[in-house]
Amino acid sequence: MKDQVRYWKPFVSPFDPCPPIRVKSYSTPPQLFIPFQPPNLPQFTPFEALKYGTLWPALYSPYNPKNFRQEEGET
Amino acid sequence: MWVYEKKLQYPVRVSKCDPMMAKFLLEQYGGADGELAAALRYLNQRYSIPDKVVGLLTDIGTEEFAHLEMIATMVYKLTKDATPDQMRAAGLGDHYAAHDNALFYQNASGVPWTAAYIQAKGDPIADLYEDIAAEEKARATYQWLIDLTDDVDLQDGLKYLREREVVHSLRFREAVEILKEKRDEKIYY
Repeated sequence: MKDQVRYWKPFVSPFDPCPPIRVKSYSTPPQLFIPFQPPNLPQFTPFEALKYGTLWPALYSPYNPKNFRQEEGET
Repeated sequence: MWVYEKKLQYPVRVSKCDPMMAKFLLEQYGGADGELAAALRYLNQRYSIPDKVVGLLTDIGTEEFAHLEMIATMVYKLTKDATPDQMRAAGLGDHYAAHDNALFYQNASGVPWTAAYIQAKGDPIADLYEDIAAEEKARATYQWLIDLTDDVDLQDGLKYLREREVVHSLRFREAVEILKEKRDEKIYY
């Protein structure tokens, strides 16, 4: 899960009007790293596959709402 | 802030009197995949993109304005000496009715430019993929414009602009790779 999110620190000015968000995040989902899907990847059970929307764990991309993720990223 | 150099990025020569070609060139002036859309797209997206790739968007967005000037110069050269009758014969009668011989941000079919052509999704991957797609579409448009003229001097300028689309596409693809890297990922426990 965590390896599908990247964090970065935006510039924070002493003159910013609002309390700064010091760490921001963005998604890097698995399709970015699989140029062409190889055969015979491990598979979910049929039940899990229906639930997740993919047959393959390698393609599964969970998404945590940003509100929670931002808290997670706070230092 | 910008510093303006009062010259074109690449010399523009137009050797054939062909006002209808001006109409076609407008696709790259005020079209969906044109230079105006490109410049405004990149110079807007750059505010919210991770800072590692802000400079790239600034540089390419700025260069797109230099390309816009080249297209404008081509269109201007092809229409500045056209009479109303010649404008009409070139398919630019409706353009003349609204704009005389002035340039306007519209596509080859006369549809005015709209911000709906561009997007800023906030997701850096989505934005960069749009930018890559935009460069490829602009490259294709240049190819079709080159096909539409036999003026080798005009073709020369268009070929230069097509090549820049190729380079920009690669730079955006490199930006995606930079954002994919885990190198600087902070570890949270």
